[in-house]
Amino acid sequence: MQYIIVGAGPSGVIACETIRKLNQSAQITLITGQSEPPYSRMAIPYFLEEKITESGTHLRHNSEHFSSLGIIVINEKVNAIETSKNFVRLADGTELGYEKLLLATGAQAVSPPIDGIHLDNVHNCWTLEDARNIASKAVAGSSVVLMGAGFIGCIILESLLKRGVNLTIVEMGDRMVPRMMDDTAGGLLKSWCESKGVRILTSEQVTSINDADSSDQKPLKVNLKNSPALPADLVICATGVKSNIDFLKGSDIAFDQGIIVNEFLQTNIDNVYASGDVAQGLDFSDQSWHVQAIQPTAVEHGRIAAINMVQNNSCKHHGSINMNILDTMGLISTSFGQWMGIEGGQESILLDKKNFRYLNLQFKEDCLVGISSLGHTQNIGVVRGLIRGKVKLGAWKERLMKDPSRLMEAYLASL
Amino acid sequence: MEKSLVINPDNCTGCLQCEMACSYENEGVFNPSKSRIKVFTFHQEGRFVPYTCTQCADAWCQQACPVDAISLNLVTGAKEVNESSCVGCKVCTISCPFGTINYNQSSGKVIKCDLCGGDPKCASACPTQAISYVDADQTGLDKMRKWATETDHASTNTPANA
Ligand SMILES: Cc1cc2nc3c(=O)[nH]c(=O)nc-3n(C[C@H](O)[C@H](O)[C@H](O)COP(=O)(O)OP(=O)(O)OC[C@H]3O[C@@H](n4cnc5c(N)ncnc54)[C@H](O)[C@@H]3O)c2cc1C
Repeated sequence: MQYIIVGAGPSGVIACETIRKLNQSAQITLITGQSEPPYSRMAIPYFLEEKITESGTHLRHNSEHFSSLGIIVINEKVNAIETSKNFVRLADGTELGYEKLLLATGAQAVSPPIDGIHLDNVHNCWTLEDARNIASKAVAGSSVVLMGAGFIGCIILESLLKRGVNLTIVEMGDRMVPRMMDDTAGGLLKSWCESKGVRILTSEQVTSINDADSSDQKPLKVNLKNSPALPADLVICATGVKSNIDFLKGSDIAFDQGIIVNEFLQTNIDNVYASGDVAQGLDFSDQSWHVQAIQPTAVEHGRIAAINMVQNNSCKHHGSINMNILDTMGLISTSFGQWMGIEGGQESILLDKKNFRYLNLQFKEDCLVGISSLGHTQNIGVVRGLIRGKVKLGAWKERLMKDPSRLMEAYLASL
Repeated sequence: MEKSLVINPDNCTGCLQCEMACSYENEGVFNPSKSRIKVFTFHQEGRFVPYTCTQCADAWCQQACPVDAISLNLVTGAKEVNESSCVGCKVCTISCPFGTINYNQSSGKVIKCDLCGGDPKCASACPTQAISYVDADQTGLDKMRKWATETDHASTNTPANA
């Protein structure tokens, strides 16, 4: 059997390894679309803060890893897919035939269409190449403007500060990480950051960027909607991402925001599957189909898609739980599932503003359906277990309504 | 024959010798807050429950790790954190549905039970055999491992200890 996996992020890599585990004789080809060995975007913040070097970002550290598993790695991009003839066409024109195909092409950063967004010192922070550029320009004492205080913006914030830059964050929404935190938590996070010397402009927008006049000290001028312009050495744009589906135009693979898949991560074409940031997969919480764009989902998809490719749709995906953990200069926040609550649900909240601690549990009847937290990390994974297992909390629901911090006890009592 | 940790909460008196032994073995200090095994107290019922990683076959932590920092010890079956590769991203801590891999703020890395390389100090320190280290097939499938398969039908592994 000939398997082709397109994309060498966590999703594609886990998929290759899983296929190999299940089928010793399969021919497996991994097409990476990049010049580097398979690496992890998630490791970029740690590369920026110089905790690791480039090789520390690699998804697998042993350089023989793929060859020892008999996986052929091709550092090319796929330009087109011909599903009626079962081949992919690479950028260099080569055509490669497959029997089963997995599309794990991930996502790319998107920038707002404003003047100056393509200037030299304006970068996204999504690829290793972006990270190299940022590392060379975000030097101590430089002024950096970060556009976007969403998850990616927030996760690189600490590494930028550790590089010794003067940081200003411009966020369109009215709080930080609006898709992971409510007003209370987002507000607390903002004041935490401000207490550490970061300037955060919420409900603000960059309208354009231009090269500064020769009289200015900084090369860039970042123009804002409601405030005076900011001088900057570097602008980092972390305003959003979109699935890499452009190469599918002209093929008959169906996509919307991402590639449309069923509960086996199979596309509308029987022998083509999709996984990770490019797949519009099932959300466990509300059983809707959308791109979650997180690492745990990418690996879960990769593994399940691989099993289904080898074992004929024997493994149903019951949906992934959206979840995030963020460390902002020592303040650790998390969110899981329906942290924003559901209609007719109940909530239990513990707030200690002074110590930046917050715990917000959301219930549907006596099951936990989501949480958000600040400053709670011990045994935090049980939240996934409780949500995923739809564990009936029984008497513990009332106890948690009174004191949400007893989560771990509630969990143990359910075992 | 692989061995595994078996916990019998009914025997636990809450003496915390296990936490002391664990933190001393792994962190060089007698400090329960740095222990990889935790004894939870149910005050109302006067019950104590020691709790740590079961080295589950699904290895959620290992799969979620973006930098290959968690690996399987083929001798003990333990999933071990490689300190030099761990970047401290904490994704494993939310991925493990048992909550048994935790972030250690002082080292900036995650920590979990590694069975002390095959001689778990919590078990030898336990005076009441609430924690023992025995042949895997004597333990039967504990509830947690059963739970692991229930929470995800996608298991490709046969349990490492089975
Ligand atoms: C700075 C940063 C920090 C992050 N932190 C977190 C975090 O803390 N927690 C979290 O859950 N998530 C985080 N993420 C998101 C996480 O990295 C992604 O969800 C994850 O990488 C998705 O994996 P994937 O395999 O689906 O896609 P990707 O990792 O995007 O990999 C896609 C692969 O496809 C290849 N490709 C694309 N197009 C083609 C083509 N036409 N032909 C061939 N190959 C192609 C690419 O080269 C790449 O190899 C972070 C992302 C960034 C950028």
